[in-house]
Amino acid sequence: MTLPVSIPLAASAPAPAARTLPLWRRAFNITALRRGLILVALAALWQAYAVWADNPLMFPSFTETAQAFWQGIASGGLLGKAWTSVQVLLMGYALGVALAGVLAALAASTRIGEDLLATLVAMFNPLPAIALLPLALLWFGLGTPSLLFVLVHAVLWPLALNMSSGFAAVTETLRMAGRNYGLRGLRYVALILIPAAFPSILTGLKVAWAFAWRTLIAAELVFGVASGSGGLGWFIFENKNRLETASVFAGLGAVILIGLLVEGLVFRTIEIATVRKWGMQR
Amino acid sequence: MNAMPSFHAPDLDGAGAPAQLAVENLTLRYATHAALVTATENVSFSVRRGERFVLLGPSGCGKSSLLKSIGGFIAPASGRILVNGREVTGPGPDRMMVFQEFDQLMPWKTVLGNVMFPLVETRKFARRDEAEAHALATIAKVGLAKFAHSFPHELSGGMKQRAAIARALAMEPEALLMDEPFAALDALTRRTMQQELLKLWEELRFTLMFVTHSIEEAVRLAQRIILLSPHPGRIRDEFRTGADEAPAALERRIESLLFTDGGGI
Repeated sequence: MTLPVSIPLAASAPAPAARTLPLWRRAFNITALRRGLILVALAALWQAYAVWADNPLMFPSFTETAQAFWQGIASGGLLGKAWTSVQVLLMGYALGVALAGVLAALAASTRIGEDLLATLVAMFNPLPAIALLPLALLWFGLGTPSLLFVLVHAVLWPLALNMSSGFAAVTETLRMAGRNYGLRGLRYVALILIPAAFPSILTGLKVAWAFAWRTLIAAELVFGVASGSGGLGWFIFENKNRLETASVFAGLGAVILIGLLVEGLVFRTIEIATVRKWGMQR
Repeated sequence: MNAMPSFHAPDLDGAGAPAQLAVENLTLRYATHAALVTATENVSFSVRRGERFVLLGPSGCGKSSLLKSIGGFIAPASGRILVNGREVTGPGPDRMMVFQEFDQLMPWKTVLGNVMFPLVETRKFARRDEAEAHALATIAKVGLAKFAHSFPHELSGGMKQRAAIARALAMEPEALLMDEPFAALDALTRRTMQQELLKLWEELRFTLMFVTHSIEEAVRLAQRIILLSPHPGRIRDEFRTGADEAPAALERRIESLLFTDGGGI
């Protein structure tokens, strides 16, 4: 092989097409690490302020909160209370998702269904779920059914809205391609519309999860003990009454932690395995 | 100078072959918010088995609507469409469409998944591995063997169109309906794709119905061309490509017909 023009570098070994970046730059490219660093910085800031303020009744330090958290897990039944909350949450979430699916499918297949969904969402989406709690108590009494009622309300509207706008955004070409094979009815919805609208559906699921979680904690605060031991909201309320502020913080920390865990593990895993892999989302 | 470089099919051009696809007095209308628009009016033609047939016309001549109607996506206002003597009532895998848009592939499936999907859905093969083998063979035919396990977003525009063509051809349809499939490609890729389509046809002899607004593309691909006039779409003229007329001459003839009497655009 001869080159027509002599290139200075041609004699030496060719430069590799890709060079590995220095370690700190590679580490900095890991999202979890960057976000972890932010968390550490926030905790340090918190600790510094609390030590400076020196008022554990109003503003306990990070270490006191961490201690209360650990004690809560070890002896105060924090895990059990969290589990109670999560159980109710999962039930309400599942119910809401199922109902949203039905509504969105109806909206995708008939014009009247579309109008129905649009009207209902416009009416109920701005209504805070917690505002329905008095009514729920009146109808279902003190207990899980009332919580489920407000949870379904919190999940249903934002999810149905996202689902149906996802369905509406499926391109005509993809629809025709699907119908070309004689797909119709439920198979068409399941095999074409749902995967094609999945980015929107996933966003809806995430938003609905956050809504449900905050609604539940708020409801538990108002509500107190729903079943047996009560949930995380009750844990927070109880400790506030006993002026165990560090435990209140620990309870709030648990709420945040569970939210992060679900977002970071569950939804992120789904996202990577689906919409990112398919190139439907960056 | 040789007339058409890449096809010789006098056997199929004969009068003996039966009409596989017949369009009879077809009128298509669609409703906008304010008006009822006639897309095509009283169009009749027939296509023989294994023929390469091109619908040519400027935008607004209803050629795309016509093709979608044959695909079963638009119901005729009057007239009818017959495939092998049976009237078309809706979409079906016997008429596979290839669209212009790249998003006709399902982004959540690999190339192989996309090609296999209709095979599995219509139960064309008794066993899944047979369907897979057939899909892989078809993918190889369009030159995508190396990309069978790639997702559509990892492919170039031309490769996506090849995958869509493979998906349609794997079904071995009665007719392959192509709606300006190369219109969104760059000029070089378009040329290559036209050559490859002709090569595939040489090998498989499928019935091809191709819609385009490019005279050049029509002349290059067709054995027979129907020229439509716009608003509403009516058949203007019919042309045959062949050895007795150079492609360039035919192009000029169509062009002059379109532009001299003002009826074209």
